Amino acid sequence: MRDVAVIGIGCTKFGEKWESSFRDIFVEAGTLALEDAQLSGEKIDAMYVGNMSAGRFIGQEHIGALIADYAGMATRHIASTRVEAACASGGLAFRQAVIAVASGMEDIVVAAGVEKMTDVGSDESTDTLTGAADREWEGFMGATFPGLYAMIAQDYMHKYHMTREQLAQVAVKNHYNGARNPIAQFQSEITLDTVLKSTMVAEPLRLFDCSPVTDGAAAVIVAPLDRAREFTDTPIKVLATAQASDSIALHDRRDISTLDATVAAGQRAFKMAHLSHKDINMVEVHDCFSIAEICAIEDLGFCRKGEAGKFTADGETALGGKIPVNTSGGLKACGHPVGATGIKQVYEIVQQLRGEASKRQVENAKIGMTHNVGGTGATVAVHILGRV
Amino acid sequence: MVGIITYGAYIPRYRIKVEEITKVWGANASDITGGLGVFEKSVPDLDEDAATIAVEAARNALKRRNVDPEKIGAVYVGSESHPYAVKPTACTVGEAIGATPHMTAADYEFACKAGTAAIQTCMGLVKSNMIPYGLAIGSDVSQGAPGDALEYTAAAGGAAYVIGNDDPIATINHTCSFTTDTPDFWRREGQDYPRHGGRFTGDPGYFKHVKGASMLLFEQIHKAAKDYDYAVFHQPNAKFPQKVAKDLGFTSEQIKPGLVVPWLGNTYSGASPIGLAATLDIAKPGDTIFVCSFGSGAGSDAFDITVTDAITSDDFHRDAAPSVMQLLKDPIYLDYARYAKHKGKIVMQS
Amino acid sequence: MTVARFWRHLPQRYNMVGTKCEKCGRHFFPPRSFCPDCRRAGKIVEHKFAGQGTVVTFTVIHTAAEQYSMLTPYVLAIVKLDEGPQITTQIVMDPAKAKIGMKVKSVFRRIATDGESGIIHYGTKFVPVE
Repeated sequence: MRDVAVIGIGCTKFGEKWESSFRDIFVEAGTLALEDAQLSGEKIDAMYVGNMSAGRFIGQEHIGALIADYAGMATRHIASTRVEAACASGGLAFRQAVIAVASGMEDIVVAAGVEKMTDVGSDESTDTLTGAADREWEGFMGATFPGLYAMIAQDYMHKYHMTREQLAQVAVKNHYNGARNPIAQFQSEITLDTVLKSTMVAEPLRLFDCSPVTDGAAAVIVAPLDRAREFTDTPIKVLATAQASDSIALHDRRDISTLDATVAAGQRAFKMAHLSHKDINMVEVHDCFSIAEICAIEDLGFCRKGEAGKFTADGETALGGKIPVNTSGGLKACGHPVGATGIKQVYEIVQQLRGEASKRQVENAKIGMTHNVGGTGATVAVHILGRV
Repeated sequence: MVGIITYGAYIPRYRIKVEEITKVWGANASDITGGLGVFEKSVPDLDEDAATIAVEAARNALKRRNVDPEKIGAVYVGSESHPYAVKPTACTVGEAIGATPHMTAADYEFACKAGTAAIQTCMGLVKSNMIPYGLAIGSDVSQGAPGDALEYTAAAGGAAYVIGNDDPIATINHTCSFTTDTPDFWRREGQDYPRHGGRFTGDPGYFKHVKGASMLLFEQIHKAAKDYDYAVFHQPNAKFPQKVAKDLGFTSEQIKPGLVVPWLGNTYSGASPIGLAATLDIAKPGDTIFVCSFGSGAGSDAFDITVTDAITSDDFHRDAAPSVMQLLKDPIYLDYARYAKHKGKIVMQS
Repeated sequence: MTVARFWRHLPQRYNMVGTKCEKCGRHFFPPRSFCPDCRRAGKIVEHKFAGQGTVVTFTVIHTAAEQYSMLTPYVLAIVKLDEGPQITTQIVMDPAKAKIGMKVKSVFRRIATDGESGIIHYGTKFVPVE
């Protein structure tokens, strides 16, 4: 098994991109990644692209081929594969790319993620996202995606003592970070009041506890570590890749407010990297809803179960805190183009490790972690990256 | 002897008071309550309809007695608000109680007497030994046109009867009917609301047919009003049944337990079945009950019923399902706006 | 939901028919034909659930999918059936009175319709036990 490094990254601005099509945003992200790696397209051996539901958002399947074609690689007949695991599609695409290089099967591989969500109305996009849950026994019974996470929040708040304000602080912190991230969908800071007074979506989650509908694409290029310096002065090593699954329906989980797949993937990642929590300088977690970030930092082991609310309110997850979480602004402020998020998380960590995160730079960033979740926790991908 | 093996009723939790409706149309509430003798009516929940009500009533019946649903050989549901114009409510009920697939089924429509017509049909199938048990249901979420007199009384509810001849809790000793072609009240296919002939619905409609069937039954079995402990009449309002009862020689005491319309409204196909259920709720072995339904169009079905010892036996658990009085308790009151939403009277974006 | 897909699970939707493993006593809803604990040594039989349970967690949905938008605000809950399995369902009740731990029982209601001309999807919801 070879060591793998990230040699190039690219990401579009996230937001409601009315003038850009699905093909436009993918090409933009891919081009940025190739420029960053100073690589020409002919050097690419394979591509993995994460995408949740182009079939329902734009009526398009066969994404692997489409993307290879529009990236100008159709005539080179590369292997191009679409990877799907709902909101964890990007994380899984990255893992597949890493495995392809680590195994020696491929050399230079693109891991990308793309989602174009605004070509359909909100009723259609909401219903499409419900496909990340159990359509037959959750969606059909009247469950919405926010509704499922709201039930996680209710269970959490029933068992542990977290206040509504502590939960809201997650969104406040992420907006603060997003305001310092040029690609983030939302560039403005918010207050606790903004969150607590926003429209109720599913009790206790309000509009500002929920990540938005977003268009966006991101791409990273991986290569064998021992060739990385052909392309970049700042190769970032992939120290661990881990993936875990759990029941698709929330009601079948062992514990409603613990994502066992996060626990499993996190433990596997630390073991593979021979590292522990104190070695991690910052982590991008999957905050599709504010409560998801609370559970994530506990389930990854950064603090004890039941304590993440206080941990957050005390500023420990803020830029200057003990373990900065979601310096990109997270899904909440940066936006959540479903298939792209997992790759964007890698993009952010690589920028941090290279010292390119400007106003949101974490001091002495050496090792970072990403955590990408599908549905209410049925798939989790965790990666650890480090400066070489 | 053919009779009622078990019975059950169901009434939705929501109500609207007459004064909430009069407020909207500028009418006088006490004129209406005084004139009709109705104070409030039941309203279905947003996710209820004649089929869900029929299922709940049938399930309530089966809670009271151990009847093998696979032995129910026929299901007939009478309603003037069947959810489908084509696709029987009876099939959904059959499936929901586990009686499918070895059964016959059909839906009935005969305005407010479709439920009692279903009882008669089941009696025939049971008496001829074609089936061991039949299920007859009258269930409605009746609609009254906004601003029309019927809006004050058109209500939601239903009752279910398992008919058989194996140890009934009440024998149905005799039944007969009086039917003519009378256009007193009708609804054309595709129309949202029914229409009626105003005062024509009285003498040529209700009274002619109820008296016709009642007197025919008295003549056929040589009985009179005084021979009964209780009587149940179709109740489109409180006045009509009170008047016809008096005209036929019944006292107000005899009709009291079965007269639920003041707090329920007119549940159309559910009306006589629920009135009978309310009477069976308090009946003792040996009690005799007279029932006469009425359905516009028009016709009446009359029944001579005797309660047996089985009603107090260990095989029948009256308390295992809610009584009509219990179903009428603890209602949730709606204003007209919420009522209109529940009844689909608001034109939504299609 | 298309007609075949809805119809195929009528016993589950109307009557809460699931399965149980006679060997270990574990119950399954929706039905499983293979016991994950006993695996090939298990003995799976049909089981009709009693429709009684306890609320494990719930939320009040204010923004719903289009099919359910007439019902908002409504209570969505995870209910632990007395026999063991957990399900996601609506509880028909005043949302302000919903509580974790409350006892509930099944009722037959309309779940959704396929527009004005499509079929009606009947099924099971729950109400508080009084």
